[in-house]
Amino acid sequence: MKKIVIHPITRIEGHLKVEAVVENGVVKDANMSGTMFRGIEMMLEGRDPRDAVMITQRICGVCPEPHACASVAAVDDYAGLTGSIPGNGVNLRNLILATRAIADHILHFYILSGLDYVDPAKVSDYSGQDKDLNMLKGFLEKGYSKPFLPRDDIDYRLDDRTTQEVVGHYIKAMDIYRKAQEAATIFGGKWPHDAAIVAGGVSENITADKITQFLWRLEEVADFVENIYIPDVVAVAKAYNDYLAMGTGCRNLLAYDGYTFGARTLFKGGLVTNTSQYDPVDIEKITEDVTHSWYEQSDELYPGEGRTQPKADKKEAYSWIKSPRYDGEVFEVGPLATLLSTYLAGENQKVNDLIDSSLDLVGAGIEDMYSIAGRHLARALEAKILASEAAGWAGSLKPGEPTTTEYDPPADGKGIGLAAAPRGALGHWLNVENGRISNYQVITPTAWNASPKDKDGQPGPYEQAIIGLKVKESQAPVEILRAIRSFDPCTACAVHLTTPKGGTLGKYKVV
Amino acid sequence: MNQKENKVIPVISIQGQNCTGCVTSTLCSEYPAIKNIVLSDILPGVKLDFLFHQNLMTASGNLAVEMLEQAQQAEGSVLIIDGAIPGEGIYCSTGQKGQKTYTIAEEVVSLSKKASLVIALGTCAAFGGISAGSPNPTGAQSVEDFFMTNSIDKPLINISGCPPHPDWLFGTIEEVLLKGADNIQLDDFRRPKTFYGKLIHEQCPNRSYFDEGKFAKKLGDEGCLYELGCKGPITYADCPIRQWNGKTNWVIGSGAPCSGCTQPEYPDFVGDFYDRIIDVQVAANAKKITTENI
Repeated sequence: MKKIVIHPITRIEGHLKVEAVVENGVVKDANMSGTMFRGIEMMLEGRDPRDAVMITQRICGVCPEPHACASVAAVDDYAGLTGSIPGNGVNLRNLILATRAIADHILHFYILSGLDYVDPAKVSDYSGQDKDLNMLKGFLEKGYSKPFLPRDDIDYRLDDRTTQEVVGHYIKAMDIYRKAQEAATIFGGKWPHDAAIVAGGVSENITADKITQFLWRLEEVADFVENIYIPDVVAVAKAYNDYLAMGTGCRNLLAYDGYTFGARTLFKGGLVTNTSQYDPVDIEKITEDVTHSWYEQSDELYPGEGRTQPKADKKEAYSWIKSPRYDGEVFEVGPLATLLSTYLAGENQKVNDLIDSSLDLVGAGIEDMYSIAGRHLARALEAKILASEAAGWAGSLKPGEPTTTEYDPPADGKGIGLAAAPRGALGHWLNVENGRISNYQVITPTAWNASPKDKDGQPGPYEQAIIGLKVKESQAPVEILRAIRSFDPCTACAVHLTTPKGGTLGKYKVV
Repeated sequence: MNQKENKVIPVISIQGQNCTGCVTSTLCSEYPAIKNIVLSDILPGVKLDFLFHQNLMTASGNLAVEMLEQAQQAEGSVLIIDGAIPGEGIYCSTGQKGQKTYTIAEEVVSLSKKASLVIALGTCAAFGGISAGSPNPTGAQSVEDFFMTNSIDKPLINISGCPPHPDWLFGTIEEVLLKGADNIQLDDFRRPKTFYGKLIHEQCPNRSYFDEGKFAKKLGDEGCLYELGCKGPITYADCPIRQWNGKTNWVIGSGAPCSGCTQPEYPDFVGDFYDRIIDVQVAANAKKITTENI
């Protein structure tokens, strides 16, 4: 029996630690800890509800745009505007969200996960003409290696030629990431932290030249997704085909509707259990448990009522992340859940055909999607679907027509905003009294996935994906890191809370 | 390292209470592109050597902590800190080796010792920013306040902004390399005047609307956004000229009011984001702007 601690887990958003108990090369237990805390939701109390879109985007600088969309949806809901946002406004919000989600997925596969599967040092033997690869070769020849080396022992399996190709794509991905963010900024104002997404719509006015500028950038990004990103994911999934059966996790999936235009929805939300059982989500069944989180013990609360007080010296706690549960059960969220829920709902044949044909390419079945490689594949397919849909949405924008509706809210009310974020189901819950925010709660995708054990001892989805993994002896086994990164952790998102004003904040002292 | 002709500047990038937005912004640097910054010379004959960068490095866990320990020995390094530093360690622990847990505060103390320059990147590191937003639940501090509390005396430049523009960071590093840190003109808040020398309001293409008294009454209207909460009259940055993300847009260009994100007053003392700035704030800047038309 040996305890392995990996802290920091790098190449993710934020600060995350794992403690794993390993016996005879198999993980027997795991504790995931979110190790950074700010208390963003407390800062919202007393503010104008419209300000929430500006503050909540700062929860995360990797995926601020879903927070923007969920936040304005909650404010629209409270202000009674949901049905009266002009078509342009709805369309623009979806375009900004989709384009930034594609960028985020590319960043995740190449920059954040890529070095788990390809070794950039192999480029020292490169003999071709690619400018980027020759720049990296020159870097290595001059004796530079940081921050890529040193590294732990990793079972790199791609042959040298494929490795060089994928490393070339890793470098190109940095350019494509920038271009995708430029495309979305045409409508959003700046990256990160869009300014144009506002209560009532989007402040950016539409002109034909902006649509064209957007479309030509999107074209380049979509080409990368179709002809480079997807083939690379397929190549990795084939070379690491045991990873189609590793890191399975809890096998319960939860998704919210994503990219809705009036009655039409691109991604159909729902619950997926036992691989083929589909049910609609009843958000009233969502609660948050704090048994192993550094907060005062309380009953599990519905997020609209959630109010928690931090308690940094709580003995049984090991994370700043709370444990969201659905009807008391553990659920995984993310592109895997978004796609499989849409697949089972069966309302979008194009999505189903794409999933079926991609699984054929990899030589896998639906059940293999519940895995480390499966999560990467789901993310890439989501990017491909969004890239192809976004072109049509941009084409249906109407230059010169309104993008916002007037904001004239009641003094008191409540609102809920849900989004299919790049990392999965995101919810914002808003309460307003006398025109100011009285309570604001956010349940992020990474809170679902990176949650610690609950009162019944049920481990969270990351923990379940790690427990049972076969690992090679190392200070930071790559099998564990690949499992965690397959979820695309965003821990700044996951950690947040509200405390009653004047509450004490614990007495833990370090330094 | 067989780098005879090259000047090599060790760069250490660490993250406190952050959202990683400072990183995703700087990843989008256009010229030089981030791939060139990491793999090639930032200026002819000058190479930045990234000893530690949490989002780009391969290593995790013990090995990552060892890289940080080695980086402490790098002479003349540039230490880039994004995110704030909390009042108590448990609010941001950054690594563990054996039984020893590291915090962002300890990292800042140990890594600043041999640094020749410290850059506080983003408004959280520069002024506390969102992380120190009222009621500042974790006692989050800016790097400058943390240095004062801990008697650390190092050259410090603040590159504020939520997020900071990539040019503000890399342009400042380039200016330091060409002119020396001592010759960088800073404002009262340690921000380089090259980028933060003028008010948004002074450079705004909507300025003529302001001078004429033509104010937008709701978002989407033509006119100056002053009545809709624009903080341009109290905010120092060159966004109107520089623009964002390949010059595709910027905040006021997208029809939204400036939120004042480069300012020490952000996010609490700029007023509601979508309501007119309170007069006292305008008065403080009165010598800079014209308010007769309001």
